[in-house]
Amino acid sequence: MLRLENVSKAFGSLVVSNAVTLDVTPGQRHTIIGPNGAGKTTLINQIGGQLSPDRGKIFLHGREITRLSAPLRAQAGLARTFQKNTLFQALSVFENVRLGAQAAHGRTYDMFRSWRNDTRVLGLAEQAIEQMNLGRIAAQPVGKLSYGDLRQVEVAVALATSPTVLLLDEPTSGLSPSETARMIDVLHALPREISILMIEHDMEVVFSIADHITVLYYGEVIASGAPRAVADDPRVQEVYLGAPQ
Amino acid sequence: MTTATFFTKWPAARGFAFVAVLLPFVVLSPLALLSGYGLDVITEIMIFAIVAVSLNLILGYGGMVSFGHAAFFGLGAYATVLISTRYDVSPWLGLAGGVATATVAAVVIGAFCVRLGGVGFFMMSLAFAQLLNSGAIKWRPLTGGSDGVGGLLRPDLFGFDLADADVMYLFTAACLAGALLFMRMVIASPFGHVLVGTRESSLRMQAIGYQTRHIRLAAFALSGAIAGLSGGVYAFYNGFVSPDALSFGTSGMILLMVILGGKGSLLGPVLGAGLFLSVKNVVSTHTSHWLLIVGCIFVACVMVCPEGILGFAKKLSRSGERR
Repeated sequence: MLRLENVSKAFGSLVVSNAVTLDVTPGQRHTIIGPNGAGKTTLINQIGGQLSPDRGKIFLHGREITRLSAPLRAQAGLARTFQKNTLFQALSVFENVRLGAQAAHGRTYDMFRSWRNDTRVLGLAEQAIEQMNLGRIAAQPVGKLSYGDLRQVEVAVALATSPTVLLLDEPTSGLSPSETARMIDVLHALPREISILMIEHDMEVVFSIADHITVLYYGEVIASGAPRAVADDPRVQEVYLGAPQ
Repeated sequence: MTTATFFTKWPAARGFAFVAVLLPFVVLSPLALLSGYGLDVITEIMIFAIVAVSLNLILGYGGMVSFGHAAFFGLGAYATVLISTRYDVSPWLGLAGGVATATVAAVVIGAFCVRLGGVGFFMMSLAFAQLLNSGAIKWRPLTGGSDGVGGLLRPDLFGFDLADADVMYLFTAACLAGALLFMRMVIASPFGHVLVGTRESSLRMQAIGYQTRHIRLAAFALSGAIAGLSGGVYAFYNGFVSPDALSFGTSGMILLMVILGGKGSLLGPVLGAGLFLSVKNVVSTHTSHWLLIVGCIFVACVMVCPEGILGFAKKLSRSGERR
């Protein structure tokens, strides 16, 4: 589905991605973990097209997308969420999600009909709203939502674009325990046609969702595999718990 | 359902009924009440309302602050006069040529401007307008330099002579109504929503698959076309055009109209054009320092109602409803 080959990126002398190679297989729930400053978000930005790597290649469905712009990657089936809020503040939740659906299935340059006429786009938006249980706040402007609700809207907008690969940048950061539990339920309920690559800090979330974990440490992959195997890896324990005395 | 509940349930229907009843009075009363100078002033207001409406598309909905919108207004006016007088063709063809010239210029200038955001966009649009302004002053054989070019005679429309102030007024009113209806349609279309999306967050729009530059360019070209129409009608109105139409001052005036009236609302720019030119016409008969008064109104407006007069009125009525 999604493959990274030796992706490297440096800001000056600071290496943020060092020959990262990883594979997201169809239907996989692939989680990237690592301490702060490991280069997780930078990696997601390179996959999403917000940053371009210095070296290495990125493939989506077997097609190289390393030099493709962000919108063209999105059109090819890649969707992502952001950690910082970049939603459309003045628009309602429904309109935010609808713009996502319209990006994939609507007519961007149609000036002559009302957006209300595009029932296919409306249906897809409603479906994404339902998937995320956002019906109760669908009419509210995004600028007035709580942080927890915003995280859900993030995922709804991404889902509305009917992606095949979904990149989630810390979907539960800043959520209360009950909101986190709700997010886990929602992510579990997503169909397996969507492959997920997710950055996550909360180990409870990681172990309840992931079927594959990649550990990033100073831009380098130090372990990758099934959750149990990664948890038992001495290198990973050293990074997370400090060197054994 | 009674009529009253129908209207509370469908505020759009209420608005439509309101317009349908009032519109004939609004359009026809100046014809009955005013003549000569008064009618000319209203006609001029409506011409500038059209260009303000066009700027509002990219400024209010697209978030692009253009300080060079006079470029398209002026090009529309120049092309209309030059085509009509130099090639001895119908001024209607001249008007069509004016709109086409402004549109092509907007595509070319827009291609440079839409790559930039914020201040970069502002400066780039200003630079292009200044370039055209100097061109109009220096290229004497074509443009007549700072004297401008004239000699355009208003044509007939279905047997009615636009040289008649009443006919010119009605023609301009029809153009403004057309521009407003078109704008209303665009704003409610998928494209209108996409444009608002690029204003709110370009980063997000790209991440969900929109090519934001193309979208901004399409809106810029559309805006340039309508500004060109306004310039062409202005050429009809004046019979004459000078580099003033392309100037920094004209760009600033159009920008002020939109901000004063209320950007991002359909009728705000019309209100802004009316206020600005009324103040200009009334105050300038008493003092040549009329811009000082306009400046004071502008400062007061920005402090009291940063969303413009229409935005302020909406806010008032909303807080009234809540009580």
